[in-house]
Formats: sequence, structure tokens, C-alpha cells
Amino acid sequence: MTSLVTDTRVVFSRELRPVIRDPFSVIFSMIQPLFFLGLFAPLLPGDNSLQWFVPGIIVMSCLFGSSMTGSNLLFEMQTGSHERMLVTPLRRPALLIGRALKEIVPMIAQAALIVAVCIPFGFELHLPGALLGLLILAAFCIGLGALSYTLALAAKNKEWLFWTVQQTLIFPLLLLAGVLLPLDNGPGWLRALSHINPMTYVVNAERALFNGDVLTRSTLEGVIAATVVAVLGLLIGVRAMQRSD
Amino acid sequence: MIETRELTKLFKDVRAVDGINLTVARGELVALLGPNGAGKSTTLRMLTTLIPPTSGSAQVAGFDVVRQQRDVRLRIGYIGQGNGAGHSQRGRDELISQGRAYGMTVRAARTRAAELIDSLGLSDVADRTVSTLSGGQRRRLDIAMGLIHAPELLFLDEPSTGLDPQNRANLQEHIVRLRAEHGTTIVLTTHYLDEADSMAERVIVIDHGRVIADDSPQQLKAKHVGDRVILGFAGSEEAARAAAAIGAQHEGGFIRLTAEDGPREAPKILASLPITPTSIEVTRPTLDDVFLTLTGRSLREDSSTPAAELVEA
Ligand SMILES: Nc1ncnc2c1ncn2[C@@H]1O[C@H](COP(=O)(O)OP(=O)(O)OP(=O)(O)O)[C@@H](O)[C@H]1O
Ligand SMILES: [Mg+2]
Repeated sequence: MTSLVTDTRVVFSRELRPVIRDPFSVIFSMIQPLFFLGLFAPLLPGDNSLQWFVPGIIVMSCLFGSSMTGSNLLFEMQTGSHERMLVTPLRRPALLIGRALKEIVPMIAQAALIVAVCIPFGFELHLPGALLGLLILAAFCIGLGALSYTLALAAKNKEWLFWTVQQTLIFPLLLLAGVLLPLDNGPGWLRALSHINPMTYVVNAERALFNGDVLTRSTLEGVIAATVVAVLGLLIGVRAMQRSD
Repeated sequence: MIETRELTKLFKDVRAVDGINLTVARGELVALLGPNGAGKSTTLRMLTTLIPPTSGSAQVAGFDVVRQQRDVRLRIGYIGQGNGAGHSQRGRDELISQGRAYGMTVRAARTRAAELIDSLGLSDVADRTVSTLSGGQRRRLDIAMGLIHAPELLFLDEPSTGLDPQNRANLQEHIVRLRAEHGTTIVLTTHYLDEADSMAERVIVIDHGRVIADDSPQQLKAKHVGDRVILGFAGSEEAARAAAAIGAQHEGGFIRLTAEDGPREAPKILASLPITPTSIEVTRPTLDDVFLTLTGRSLREDSSTPAAELVEA
């Protein structure tokens, strides 16, 4: 008797396999974040600007990677392998959860890579905080991944629709979370928008945690925001997957 | 094994499947034959739980395709019209995860995958990324995926499209053997008339979402078309004389007759003629002739089918 957990494991390991076979694919979604890191960070004022900037870039690369991941499903919907999986006895929720869980792996690889690149330039790593930060990011990218798959399922064979929505959403999310520039001195409406962006709380939590400040209000808000995104994403995604044909 | 009642599927205002009643017994090998857009894939997609019928019902392997989807899925195999194997995956990996999806252990799935890779001639390409395989290799991989859990009921949607003649023959042999050795019930769709003719003992002709004929290929041909005997004469006068003697019509120097069993009747016809013809030809009908008789259109791609219908789906 297979269960949801076994089914999820089957889907998860299937998704993970191409990533492991071709680790370079992990780099792909990092190209932009790395550019920002290399060309933007030197412009920031202050001595420990990296300490402030790097956690945001880690969240950014998580956002880019996880929000694009639906395109893999979109492609499999076009070739027929999604259909093939729908006919197997794999439980529908597992088809989504397994895929979404896989997002954690490239996210961790990317975070490790970014940190490794930045340490020689004076970035200080506070390991316990960073690990908790990754846990929050894990929840966040599961949710984002699930939403990206939902978008793919909704776009069906309209690939342009997927990319249009994805591209339209990520930049406001990014800028309103204060990843590139702090919003503290921005106008009220901008700050209001930033307050309803869950990514803001995730970014703030990552900044605190990567700085070694574990027990802060930011951490708590980050945990809550990431959990909300994960739960909502999975709920919506599972529903979409159950209706898929 | 399969029992449908007034199975119907509407896509907006398109009646893709229009009230199909179908009974398939355990162990049968059935071919669904019909032109592009006839509703073959839609029928299979309903029978495999992929899409719910608009109305009507279907029992597959003893379970309802709407209310007992998981029970159905556990018992069937499906090889769709597209590529089952993910393009970014490796063939062997996909076979193993497919086996795992059906609850096989990793070890059992691995062994079975190796067997299928061997018997479908995929040894050289099984460990390559699927996107680098040729169309025919990919198709064979899809077939291996559908067979991994040795289902009691197998659906194949145009399994041989894209295969070269040798691989097509190989696949047909595989399917026939599967049925002989394991008693697998098989439902396949095809555009290849010779394939339906040689493999299936039952051909269901579908057009515009309806079943327009359902019988063995031999019966279909005998019932709907019959054999043709064509006699050639030195000239139109001789033909006219011969035609008068047997009460037939002639067209120029030829007499065309239909017969239930051409090869057996031809000698009798010859014996009853006052003059010896210069040529004699006995043609047996193809399933295409059957289709032509039933619908007034041809299924064969090189005939006068409108070009739009020939575009591969
Ligand atoms: N998802 C869909 N939405 C709208 N119309 C559809 C859909 N799927 C199929 N159809 C229509 O239903 C009809 C039957 O299609 P189907 O794919 O079942 O034909 P088929 O017999 O398999 O043809 P082919 O030989 O080309 O594979 C066609 O007119 C097709 O355009
Ligand atoms: Mg079809």
C-alpha cells in the first residue's frame, strides 16, 4: 500500500534527478541575482553593505528559481509526460507537493554558492542564524514553487501567459520587499504596499538571521510570512492539480 | 473489462464523443480506427480517468472511471499520443520512477526496467537524456513505460506513429506476444490500416464521435465491401458478349464483379464465360474500402482526404 508520503517521495526524487545529473541548471536562475550582487553591491554605501545586501540577494535567487519552476511542468504538459503521470495511481496532491518540495534543493545550493562567493569580500557568516534563515526560505520557496506550478496548470498550453504573469509579478515583489534599496524613507503608499508583501518579512528575517540576531521580532514575522505563503501555495496548488487533465 | 454506456464528451459545442456504447471482454485486442478528430483519443482519455465524461458512464477493469479513479488507475496502463518520458530525464530513470509510481520497489522496478530496455532495443540510449533520443526511440521508451507494471488492461494511443517499418513490426509483435503470454486486454488506436487489419481481431470504426462499425476485419470487409473480380477482354465487343452471357455489365473491355469469396468464385465465373478473358484480377478489400463505403471518405493519407485533416495532431 503506497501512501501520500511514498507518492510524494517518488515525485520528489523524479524532479530532483535532472538537477543532480546536471547541477549547472541550478546556476541558470542565479545569473540575474549574481549580476545584481556584482554590479549593485559595490554602489551601496557603508562598510558592511554586503551584510545587508547578501541576504536579500539570496531571497531574490530563491524567488527567481522557484517562480520559474512551473515552466518545467508547462513543458511536461505539452510533451505528454504530465498526462502520463496523471494516469498513474500517484495521488494528485503528491504530484504537486513532491515538485514543490524539490525547490528546497536548488535554493540551498544557490544560497551556499552566494555565501561562498561573498565571504572573501568580507561577508560574515553566522551559521546558526543562517541555518534558521534557510529553514524559513525553504518554506517560502515551497510556497512560491507551488504557486508557480498553479500558474503553469492554469496557463495550460499558453506558454506566453505563464511568462507574462511570472515576469509581471516578480519585479514588484522584489522591489517592494526592499531587496535592492531600503524602503524606510520611501513615501507612505510605497511602505504600505511593502507591508502587505510577504516577501518583505522574509527578507527582513533573513537580514537579521544572517547577521546572527536570532531571537528578534523579524524572525518571528519571517516565520509567519513564509508559513502563510507555503500553506496557501500548497492549498491552491493541490486544488489546481486535482483538477488537471 | 470495459463497459461504456452512452459515453459522451462535449468540448464547448464540439461533440468529440457522441454516445459510445462499448463492451470489451477480458483478453480482447481491439483497434479503434478513425480519421483525425474522430474522437479516439478523447474516448481513451475518458476510459483512463484523465477527463470526466460529459454524460454517460464507463466501467473499466470493474470500476467506475469517475467515482473509482484510483482503482481504475491501479489496473491499467496508458501510452498516450504524446511522450510519456520527461525530456529532461534519462530513460532508465523514468522507467524506474514509473514503476515506483505503481508501488513497485526500487529493486523490482530496476529489474523490470532492464528487461524492457533489452526487449525494446533501448540498451544504447536508455541512459541518455530523453531529449536527445530520436522520435522512434522515444516512442519505444514510452511503450516500455506503459508496460512496466504489467497491467491487465493496456491502452495505447497511436503507439506506432513515428516508428519505422521494422520497429513497427517489432512493436506489433510485442503487443501480440504480451497478449498471448499474459492475457492482457489491449485497446489501441491507429491510423495504420494494415496494423488494425493484421493485429486486432476486432476493429471499431469511429467517425464524428460515433461507432459506425464494430466487427472482425474479415467480417467488416465481407459485410461492407466484398471481393472484386475484374475480367479483361481483347476488346469491348468481346466484353459485351461475355457480360451478356453471365448477366453483368461491362465497361469498355472490362467486367467488374463483386463476390463474397473472390478467389473461390473466380474459377466458376471463368467456366461460365463463352470466351476466355485476356486477364483476370481478384482484389480483396482493405479496411480503407470499408471506411470509404461506410462514410464516403477515405482514411488513407495519400488519397483525396482534405489536407487539413492530414496534419499530425
Ligand atoms: N481539450 C479539448 N478542447 C477542445 N476540443 C477538443 C479537445 N480535445 C479534443 N477536442 C476536439 O474533439 C475532437 C476529437 O478529438 P480527438 O483528439 O479525440 O480525435 P482523435 O480521433 O484522437 O484524432 P487523431 O487521430 O488526430 O489523434 C476534435 O474535433 C478535437 O478538436
Ligand atoms: Mg488522437
